[in-house]
This record gives sequence, structure tokens and C-alpha cells, in this order.
Amino acid sequence: MRNIKEGKFVFTGELEPEKTTDLTELVESAKKLLGHCVACNVTDNPQSMAYMSSLVASYVVQRDAGMECVYQLRCSDRNSIALTSDLLGAGALGIKNVLALTGDHTTLGDYPGAKPVFDLDSGQLVYLIRKMVDEGVDLYGRPIHNPPKFHVGVAGNPNADPLESEILKLKRKIDAGAEFIQTQVIFDIEVAKTFLKEMERFKVPVLIGIFPLKNYGTADYFDKYIPGVHVPKDLLAEMKKASEISDKEKRNERYDEINLEYYGDFVHEIAHTTSAAGIHVMAVAYERITPALIERAKI
Amino acid sequence: MITGERKDLEELMEVVKDFKSLAVVGCDGCVGIYQIGGLKEAESLASLLKMGDKIKNGVVQDTEAFTVIRQCDKELIEKELGGKLDRFEAILSTACGVGVQTMAAVFSDKPVFPALNTMFMGAQDREGAELYELCSGCGDCVLHLTGGICPITRCAKGLLNGPCGGAVDGKCEVGGYTNDCAWVLIYKKLKSLNRLDLYETFRPPRDRRPSIGPRKLQGGAKY
Repeated sequence: MRNIKEGKFVFTGELEPEKTTDLTELVESAKKLLGHCVACNVTDNPQSMAYMSSLVASYVVQRDAGMECVYQLRCSDRNSIALTSDLLGAGALGIKNVLALTGDHTTLGDYPGAKPVFDLDSGQLVYLIRKMVDEGVDLYGRPIHNPPKFHVGVAGNPNADPLESEILKLKRKIDAGAEFIQTQVIFDIEVAKTFLKEMERFKVPVLIGIFPLKNYGTADYFDKYIPGVHVPKDLLAEMKKASEISDKEKRNERYDEINLEYYGDFVHEIAHTTSAAGIHVMAVAYERITPALIERAKI
Repeated sequence: MITGERKDLEELMEVVKDFKSLAVVGCDGCVGIYQIGGLKEAESLASLLKMGDKIKNGVVQDTEAFTVIRQCDKELIEKELGGKLDRFEAILSTACGVGVQTMAAVFSDKPVFPALNTMFMGAQDREGAELYELCSGCGDCVLHLTGGICPITRCAKGLLNGPCGGAVDGKCEVGGYTNDCAWVLIYKKLKSLNRLDLYETFRPPRDRRPSIGPRKLQGGAKY
């Protein structure tokens, strides 16, 4: 947040702890992003998959990689008691940033028969965090000894249709006290520009979400299974063509080049012609692309 | 109204197989109106359980169907069925769970079994093809704030500040985009009523105590 407040155009990365107790790879990924990203989001059971705790992973990444984390915290599966408890724990572990999310429904994940819990939603989680941080009290107004200090952000969806309902929803989250917004993945720069224009009146920093495509399989999966967002046909076709290169090294070089061609101009234009505070690069397990992209975009 | 669907015949046959005589009791209330558990359905089930004897040994020999205007009313049950069920060893109720429990309280000396899986409070669409869940009985109604569309029930997450990111083209990802996103419906309705001020108002966390069961109201029948 300090970098954003100073007016710097920033990059944030994304790390995804999975079904493992070994965080070695995650820590190594974070190390590769040091000096390029100001912070990394650590995902919390994305798509309701039963993965390792994002709080534990955030702590280990901060401790072992020296990378500041944005601790993603979903309301899904935790009632307000559990959320308060995790936030107190995050405060004790030196977490500085929380991304408040509602979270996917249980039926979408790998425990589809689990009991869904949506005691709070993302806006209400922001409300809880603001009470803890600003007033030093819990949800019911009881004092917290040594209250935590967090910056709290939320997600925004520029692809929403109708967009007005999304903008008004974000207004609610900002009214509740959200300090920054990281968006869902955008491929179309005009969608990003329209969204940013709509958001200007709120004067809250917005980081535009992008999703560099590590390989054709990832691109195809994303296109088919991530709701509401489609990979542009031309881009998907180029990735498919690249996938036919038999030499692995050359294939990866081509994948990188396609991403740099696509996102280099995209990021440059966002940085130089819009009010965006930065870019959130969701290059999970594809961290090598981020430094190259930042260089290509000539920030 | 309260809705449900009949349990599989195989499951019901297993439940009643040890009884020689069985009263199958329908309810003319909600489940009767929706033709899920009225007299006709009770008669049909009674016949099926008798026929079951031919395909599976041990299913009841003697079944007879009855009905009550409302099985959730203790006095109506006593008035309409008093003495009529004495000769039966067991009772199979095609009412909702409320009716089954009321029957079990009235006929305390007989086993009473449910023939339905009670589902939800809802209504039929105009074509009458499907029943939709519309109310959760949460004890803290917000319909005056949401254009008469319940987010607690019709949003899969029960959100007070929706929609979430799982809505695409106005449809909810839960259930494979076959259900309308309640919050998109709320947005459209409030916009048409020129009341987007209600839509953009942040709703703080809810006190869940009014929805915590078992609940009771003063003046209700006591069992």
C-alpha cells in the first residue's frame, strides 16, 4: 500500500498452495518475484478445493522468501467466529494485507458434499476487519488486546453483465472500508478501461488482473471452465499452434513470446493511459513470465 | 407451501416389511394440493406396497389409505381418524415432516413412518412444471429491501450483499447455470422500481439467532 500511496505503478503476483504440506516450490516461486512484485496474493482454497491454509502459506512465504503477502481470506467455510480467529492469528504472524473474498460454493470443489457456510460475505468481512483494525474491537464490540493492523482489499469483476450492478456492489464494499481492488482476469483492454472509468469516482486504487497463459492446456481449461471469461479466439489459436512444437524449450519460448506480445502492449497502455494503480499478475507456477513482461511493457 | 417427493418404493418396502397391516395416511394440505401426498397418492402407495408382496417377500398383506385435511393439526387428526386406525400395526404418512411428527404424537402407541422426503417451502411456476424454493423461514425477513425476491433462499450462498462472482449472464454457477442469480433479479427489480438506493446500501453482518432452531412461537400447539 505504501508504494501505491506514493503513486508508483505496482505489480502483484499470485501463489497457490495446493494439496500438500511442502511449501518449497511456493517459496522458490516467491523468491523469483522479489524485486518485480511488491507483494504476492496467496490463494485460499480456490474453487473450493481443499488445499493448504492460505494463512500458513502466507506466513511461510513472508518468513522464508521475504515476499510481502496478500493473505486471501474467503468467507466460505468459516463462520464469523472462525474468521475473527484467523484474522487474530494473521495479525500475530505479521500479515499486512488481507483480500476479503466471499469464496466459491462448496459444490464446485473437490468436497462437493461439504456443508456450505456463508455466515459473512466479502463486504461484511471488510466490515469486520475495519472494526478490528480501526476500533480495536470484534464484531460484537468487545475490545481486542493488541488489535491487528491490516490493509484490506476486495475483488472486482469488470466482466460482469450488467456492469452497473457490479459497480454498485463495489460501492458497498468501499462503503464498508475496502482500501484497494484487485480485479478478475481481463483479456479485453476496452473492458478494463470502461471499468476503470466507472471506478474513478470512488478514488480507490484498482489493480487490473491478467492471466498469462503458461501453456495451451492451461489456456484451454481457463477458456472452458472459468465462468464468465473467455480467452480471445486468436490468442487461443496461437497457443494451440505453439503446443504443436515438439521441442519443449522452443515450445516454452514460443508460449512466452505469445504472452509478451499480447500483454506487453496491454500493460503498457494500462500503465500510461488509465487510472489503474497497477497490475495483478495471476501467473501461478509461471513466475518466469512476470519480470519479462514488466520489462516488455516499459513501465 | 411445503413440498417434498416420495421416497423410493424399495426404501419404503424395506421400512414397512415387518408389518402385516399398514395405514397409509395422506394429507390434503400442501402436499395434497401439489399431488405429492394427498389421498390419491396415499391410495396409490397403499396398492403398490400390497403389490410389492408379489415381487418381494415380506411386504405388508393389508393396507388401506386414509386422508386428513391437514396432518399438522392434532385436533383434525383426532377428529377425522379417531378409532379408524386401531386395527393397523403401523402408519405410513405421506405428509411433510411436520405432519409425520404430529401423527406420531397423536398415535403414540404405533410406529409412524415418513413416505416423503420433505424438501422446502416453495411454489409452482406458472406452467406448473416445477416447484421452486422461495422461503427459508429465517425469522428476519428482508423482502421489503430486495424487491420481493429472497436472497437468503434464492441465492445459493444466501448473501445479503450479492451478487458474487459466480453469476454469468444472470445465471448462478451452482446448479450449472440453470437457476437465475437472485441478486441479478433483485438488481433488475429494484431498478425497475427506481429503488437502486436499496440495492447499493451495504448490509452489515446478520444476527443469526432468529434462525437458530429448534424454534417456537407463543400460542402454538404443544406436544
